[in-house]
Amino acid sequence: MTSTEIRPGSGGLAPPAPARPARHRSVGRSRLVQIAFLIPATAYLVLFFGYPVVKNITMGFQEYTTRTFYTGEAPWVGFANYVTAVTDPVFDRALLNTGLFTVGSIVGQFTIGLLIALFFHRRFHLSGVLRSLLLLPWLVPMIAASAVWRWILDTDHGVLNRTLDLLPFLDGRPAWLTSTTLALVAVIIVNIWLGIPFNATILYGGLQEIPEELYEAGSLDGATGARAFWHITWPLLRPVVTVVLVLGVVYTLKVLDVILGLTNGGPANATQTISTFSYHMSFREFDFGVGAALGNILVLISLVFAVVYLRLNRRSIDE
Amino acid sequence: MSAAVPIARRAAGDAAGRASKITTPRRPGHTILGVIIIAVMLFPLYWMLNVSLQPAGNASATPWLPLDLSFDGYRTALAEQGGNLVTSLIVSLGAVVFSLLIAAPAAYALAHFRFGKWVVVFLFAVLTTQMVPGIVVANALYSAYSDLGLLNTYAGLILADSAAGIPFSIILMRAFMMSIPASIVEAAYVDGAGPVRAFVSVVLPISRNALITSALFTFLFAWGDFLFALTLTTSESMRPITLGLYSYIGGFVSDWSPIMATAVLSSLPAIALLVLAQRYVAAGVTGGAVKS
Repeated sequence: MTSTEIRPGSGGLAPPAPARPARHRSVGRSRLVQIAFLIPATAYLVLFFGYPVVKNITMGFQEYTTRTFYTGEAPWVGFANYVTAVTDPVFDRALLNTGLFTVGSIVGQFTIGLLIALFFHRRFHLSGVLRSLLLLPWLVPMIAASAVWRWILDTDHGVLNRTLDLLPFLDGRPAWLTSTTLALVAVIIVNIWLGIPFNATILYGGLQEIPEELYEAGSLDGATGARAFWHITWPLLRPVVTVVLVLGVVYTLKVLDVILGLTNGGPANATQTISTFSYHMSFREFDFGVGAALGNILVLISLVFAVVYLRLNRRSIDE
Repeated sequence: MSAAVPIARRAAGDAAGRASKITTPRRPGHTILGVIIIAVMLFPLYWMLNVSLQPAGNASATPWLPLDLSFDGYRTALAEQGGNLVTSLIVSLGAVVFSLLIAAPAAYALAHFRFGKWVVVFLFAVLTTQMVPGIVVANALYSAYSDLGLLNTYAGLILADSAAGIPFSIILMRAFMMSIPASIVEAAYVDGAGPVRAFVSVVLPISRNALITSALFTFLFAWGDFLFALTLTTSESMRPITLGLYSYIGGFVSDWSPIMATAVLSSLPAIALLVLAQRYVAAGVTGGAVKS
């Protein structure tokens, strides 16, 4: 809107086009004051996001272990850390788990979140209070939620299995967190539970945005119920859906608290993801180079997803 | 994607406006189903409370109700984790102050100063930070902190725990400050105020609600932080409550009531905020959509 006031190539540092040359100096000074408002935030973002990303890229090419902290030496090793990471037998498992965990979590969170949002969109007595209570699972510390779920999912004494015992057709007690086949399912279920409030709330906001008149007009043309949803709600909700899905995937890829709290990546790496594997290599094996390489792979996956998704989505909206 | 900003803002305004204008229809069937949905969703939190109020040694099969009420779990939790709660409180309050000091001026600059395309560049950079995994930040910060002597310090944790709050607050407060009419700020200039004075004595007071919402969420982010607590502290004297809880569940557990009491205590800020500051929380969640 104000691009005319920025001189090209001056990096935005130029004062606004001097209308009155006599005041030029004071205008220049106030421009500096304006820029000063942004300096602390810029410095923070550079130090706590920019620096770590760059540092991880270089660490990925270095032998960076506990010894480095004493000697200060971190020899360059080319792609050795990436080779170590990718050829580690755990890597394939972690990559697959990351995919399953992300897809499973997102599908569950989004579907249930959307159903809840649609339900609450039809206002009723107490709906406001209930909607704000729904936020609680999202607001409590994830590690506190993981702790209680650990006890709920306990094989012998957990309340889930005690309830399942009441079902006549179920034999034995599923070992939710200690069986290599079920642990990932259990971790996904807990993460779905954690993500429902966020999805439901944002999607509810999107639904509120759709004008009531469209449904009235649609019902005259016979679009009610499911048809109204697919022809009115869904197309108009698309921008919000994009936001929820992109954020959801980006956030889910880097989840660490839930998995460490529930299973620590176990049993036998059954719930290890790229994120927990990176933590494990850096802070348990103290091989920061390999940990950094895994972190970079995670960033790359996240980046590729975001770019591809936004590209595809923009195209489909343009058409 | 920046279209989400006006969408979320209008959504919030509309929702508030509509709800007050039209009387809520009575739909008892809906209310019952709604209560059931919320009861299922909140059951784990009920269970947390239930177990925390059970007497010690009752952990083998927790009864459905805490009829044999006991506060032993809380006594143990406070004795063993009380210091960690204080640590978390100091770190979280520190992160709130630090984040607001950093984010508020930036939000104002992005909303009102004429930076042209640089606004978009800056906002894009803020959004990009959401893609950086915490483990990547922790990995790099550990070695930097080790060199700078910031491991096991309040300052170190406050700085790192602001990583979620600062981008969130910039986006949220900017969206709010966009709605402040330029004429109000210009009036301050006419009265002889400079940009700093106008910001402090005009913009900040008007933005009170946005500041409170940002502060509440920054507090919750910092309070709930686990990754930086786990990676940037190594001593027991400097241990936030999330890490205290983790070390509780890390070993073999024979008695769950002190653990669940700790979990309840660590959830108190979230519960208090939802009860006392519900409208700010609602605003913050719609601001969460603004994040993109």
